[in-house]
Amino acid sequence: MFVYADNAATTAVSKAALDAMLPALQELYGNPSSLHQKGREANYALIAAREEIARCLNAESREIYFTGGGTEADNWAITEAARLGAEAGKKHIVSDTIEHHAVLHTLARLEKQGFEVTYLPVHDNGVVRLEELEAAIRPDTCLVTIMFSNNEIGTLQPIREIGAACRKKGVLFHTDAVQAVGHVPVDVEADNIDMLSLSGHKFHAPKGVGALYCKKSIKLKNFIEGGAQERGRRGGTEAMPGILAMAAALKESCAHLEENMAKVSAMRDRLIEGLSKIPYSRCNGDPGCRAPGIVSFCFEGIEGESLLLRLDLAGICASSGSACTSGSLDPSHVLLALGLPHEIAHGSLRLSLSEYNTMEEVDYILQQVPEVVRMLRQMSPVWSHMLENTEDPYLAMAK
Amino acid sequence: MLSFMAMEYSEKVMEHFAHPHNVGVMEDADGVGEVGNAKCGDIMRMYLKISEDEIITDVKFQTFGCASAIATSSIATDMIKGKPLSEALTLTNQAVVEALDGLPAVKVHCSVLAEQAVKAAVADYYKRKGLPYDHPCDACGEGGCCGHDHDCQDHD
Repeated sequence: MFVYADNAATTAVSKAALDAMLPALQELYGNPSSLHQKGREANYALIAAREEIARCLNAESREIYFTGGGTEADNWAITEAARLGAEAGKKHIVSDTIEHHAVLHTLARLEKQGFEVTYLPVHDNGVVRLEELEAAIRPDTCLVTIMFSNNEIGTLQPIREIGAACRKKGVLFHTDAVQAVGHVPVDVEADNIDMLSLSGHKFHAPKGVGALYCKKSIKLKNFIEGGAQERGRRGGTEAMPGILAMAAALKESCAHLEENMAKVSAMRDRLIEGLSKIPYSRCNGDPGCRAPGIVSFCFEGIEGESLLLRLDLAGICASSGSACTSGSLDPSHVLLALGLPHEIAHGSLRLSLSEYNTMEEVDYILQQVPEVVRMLRQMSPVWSHMLENTEDPYLAMAK
Repeated sequence: MLSFMAMEYSEKVMEHFAHPHNVGVMEDADGVGEVGNAKCGDIMRMYLKISEDEIITDVKFQTFGCASAIATSSIATDMIKGKPLSEALTLTNQAVVEALDGLPAVKVHCSVLAEQAVKAAVADYYKRKGLPYDHPCDACGEGGCCGHDHDCQDHD
């Protein structure tokens, strides 16, 4: 059996997305900036795509800027908010410790340029505390950037409340919603969001296309100098096939949001229930505030890369926050931020589902993971140490 | 990221990872060595059965670590099994890397760990016998040290 359970890394392109992009690769080849009929034809399609994305987020279409992906949108939003802040003499930013590197590395660059960043702790459940966030906002704070849904552990942050706190204090609020858009309800008005980053390939569009939502009252500066594309802020001929596919994919995701959430959450809960039966395992993240498709576990006594590659041999595509999958010696910053010791964080597994997965696949995962964990523990000296020094009757039995 | 790294593993590495040789615990070992550090993500424990004329008659290993840590342990046990102790002590991490048709650069420390594990087990044998052990660890240059945990930085 083959199971793709790495949808937080990327998703398969949907038929709706493919059907929307094919014309842009064939007859719809005009440049949307051209005045002639081929250009106009492409421009109409571009306008419709922008409207569709805006509608799905409850934004206005002039508030949507197409980008080359979520990372670019994060870079743009944070850099711009910081520039606007600096102009007003405000050089403090509030974020948290489990952001994606697109955010963390952009913030690190700003710190080198003289900005000060407060990284809020996320405690053992991976959730930012509202009162800590409010306390961190200072008179010189220009931006709060908190991710909507975490890519590794799936924790959902209290975005609406965070947004409201920012509004109250007059601070810009950006959210990296790359793992949220198309998976959970996102409404920039109701959620009090000023800037939002999204990425097409997380909801069945192709890679290389994303968007930045930026509230119309915010005076964005040009990110890429060039032509008049994206209201002059991001020059370069629009990536039409990707943009049209992304609009179609998001339209489909939003139209089926509730049923997909119900289906994917049910599979997620079954996975969590089944994997929790493995002794000395731990489900990471908050049990309640959790994205529908993301399941993160640590298994004591084993290392994540081995687990991952063993599962790969069994036909299951998953991922890990283990150091060995990143080429660094430190395990994932997200797992460490939860307070997990290195030795436990090394044994992590992330399974991320989409509506394309089935219960049969979940059952296959639940059949394979315990077997692989058992096998790797059998050859693990760390596990042997645990057996040797235990007073736990379960472990003593396994001796 | 992982798929990129997985592609970097040779077929030999994947073969030893999927079907490791000499895995297990040896209750009546004559020498046991354990190296590495769970904090860094890899620990190897090597068990040796050594005959009167100092031939390694059996080897077993246990490893907590990534695919290359398991593969290097597995091939290192193959390389010293049936060999005289004196020959096992000449096992180098480079020889382990070559036997596996290469390792990704970030994984070379696993081969160092395999060499250290063998030497630590031999050192333990000498200690049990009350014999002097004067084979310095190539990785850290200290004489007869190999039972200790190296810092994470050491095997990067």
